[in-house]
Amino acid sequence: MIRVQGLHKRFGSQPVLRGTELDIATGEIMVVIGRSGGGKSVLLKHLIGLLRPDAGTVAVDGTEITRLRGGELDRVRERYGVVFQGGALFDSMSVADNVAFPLREKKKRLSAAEIHGRVEEKLEQVGLSGMGHKNPAEISGGMRKRVAIARALVTEPEIVFFDEPTTGLDPILVNTIHHLIMELHRKFRFTAVMVSHEIPEIFEIADRVAMLHEGVIVEVGAPGAVRASTNPIVQQFIRGDIETVPAGQRP
Amino acid sequence: MFSSPTPELWPAPLRLIAALGGVTLDVVSALGRFGLFFAQAVGYIVVPPFKVGRLLDRVHFIGFRSLIIVILTGAFTGMVLGLQIFLTLSRFGSEAYLGPAVALSLIRELGPVLCAVFVTGLAGSALTAEIGIMKITEQIDALEVMALNPMRYLVSPALVAGVITFPLLTAIFDVVGIFGGYLVGVELLGLSAGTYFGEMKTFVNMDDLMTGYWKAISFGIIVPWVCTYKGFHCGHGAAGVARATTQAVVLTSILILVWDYFLGSVLP
Repeated sequence: MIRVQGLHKRFGSQPVLRGTELDIATGEIMVVIGRSGGGKSVLLKHLIGLLRPDAGTVAVDGTEITRLRGGELDRVRERYGVVFQGGALFDSMSVADNVAFPLREKKKRLSAAEIHGRVEEKLEQVGLSGMGHKNPAEISGGMRKRVAIARALVTEPEIVFFDEPTTGLDPILVNTIHHLIMELHRKFRFTAVMVSHEIPEIFEIADRVAMLHEGVIVEVGAPGAVRASTNPIVQQFIRGDIETVPAGQRP
Repeated sequence: MFSSPTPELWPAPLRLIAALGGVTLDVVSALGRFGLFFAQAVGYIVVPPFKVGRLLDRVHFIGFRSLIIVILTGAFTGMVLGLQIFLTLSRFGSEAYLGPAVALSLIRELGPVLCAVFVTGLAGSALTAEIGIMKITEQIDALEVMALNPMRYLVSPALVAGVITFPLLTAIFDVVGIFGGYLVGVELLGLSAGTYFGEMKTFVNMDDLMTGYWKAISFGIIVPWVCTYKGFHCGHGAAGVARATTQAVVLTSILILVWDYFLGSVLP
C-alpha cells in the first residue's frame, strides 16, 4: 500500500502540492486526474522518490521513502516500474536493448539467452514482436509508449507508475494503450498508479480515481462515484467546462 | 529601515550591497555544487560496481572519435611552428635549433593545450549535449528510478576515460606535430634530418615530457568534469541544452588556459 500524507511542495514562491493526502491499495489501478499544472506529475515524482517534499510523507508498505537515500531508496525502487510521459527511451540503444537494459544492469544472475527470451516475450506482450532491432527514433509515438511499458514491466515490478502514458496519441491508440495496461494488470496484478487527462476513457480502466486540484485531492473513489460527484470542480473537469468555479464553491 | 522585510524599500546603497551579497552567495554555492559534483563522481570511481562497458564506450566517445581531428590539427600546428620558427631562427643563423624548438613548444605547451581545446570542441560539447538531452527527455530520471546512479553511469566513466585518453591523444598530437615541423623544416626548407632530430635529443629532457603529461592528465579531468556538469545542470528545452553546451565549451577553454598557466609556473 502507498500512503501519501500531508504532502507539501513549492517551487520558489509557487506552491504546487498543498497537503496532498492519498491512499493507494495494493493491486489496484489508481488514476490521478486533474488540470494541467495541477501538480499530478509532481505528486508522481514524489511517489517514485525523484522529488523530496517540503513537508509530509510518502510510505510504501509502511516504509517512509521520503526519508530514504542512496541504497535504501534504490531497494524500494527495485520494486518499481515507471513509464515516463515521453517514454524516456535511451536513444543510443535499440528497442530490444532498451527493454533489456534493466535486466542487464540489475538482474546479473540472468544469462544472455534468458534476457533475450524475456525481452522477446515482453515485446510480444505489447505487440511489438520483431521490432527489437529498430532505434527508438525510427518508431511511432504509440510504439515508443509501448516499448516504455515493456521496459517498465520487464523486471516484473510490484508497482508501476504511468505518467500520462497516452498524451499526444490519437483516440484509437489511447484505447489500445489503455487496453494493454488493463490486460497486463490482469495478468501480473501489479499496483498501478496513473496520471492522466483522458476523460472519459480512464473511467473504464481505473479501479479508483483521485482528482487533484491546486495541490489538494478534492475527490477520490470508484469511477462511478467520481463521475456522480456533486463537487463543482470535479464536474467542471469531467465536462470540460470553460467557466471557472465560483470562489464560494471551491473546497 | 534595516528590519524592513521588502528589499525594494531599502535605500539604494543598501540594495547594492544586498545585490552584491546575493551574487557572492550564488557564486559560492555554484562553486560548492561544482566541487561536490566532482567529489561524488570520484567517489563512484573508487566504490564498486565499476561500469567497464560504459568506460570503454566513453574511451571510444572521447578518444577514438577525436583521433582524426587530433592528427589533422597536430600536423598543421607542427607545420606552422616549423615554418614560423625556421623563419625566426634563420635571422640569427640558428636554424639548427628548429627541431628542439618545435618539440619543446609542442611537448610542454601547445600539444596538451591545443589538443584539450580541440577535444573540448568535439567530444566535450557532445558530452554536454548528450547528457543535457538525456536530462530534458527524462532519460536521467529513468536511470534513477531503475536504481542506477546516473553519476556512476554517466559522469565517472567519462572522467576515467578523460584521464586515459587525453595523455594518449596529446602524445599523438605531439608526435604528428613534430613530423609536421620536419616536413616543413627538412623536406621544404632544406634543413638536414640529422640536425632536426639530433638536436632534439640534446634539449628535450624528462621534465619536459612530464610537464606535458601532467598537463594532459589534468585537462583530461577538467574537460569531462565541466562538460558533464553543464549537461546535468542544463535548463529547459532545446534552448537550455544549447546554452549549456556553449557555456561548457567556453568555461572549459578558459579553465584550460588558466590551469595551463598555473601548471606552467609550478612544474619544472
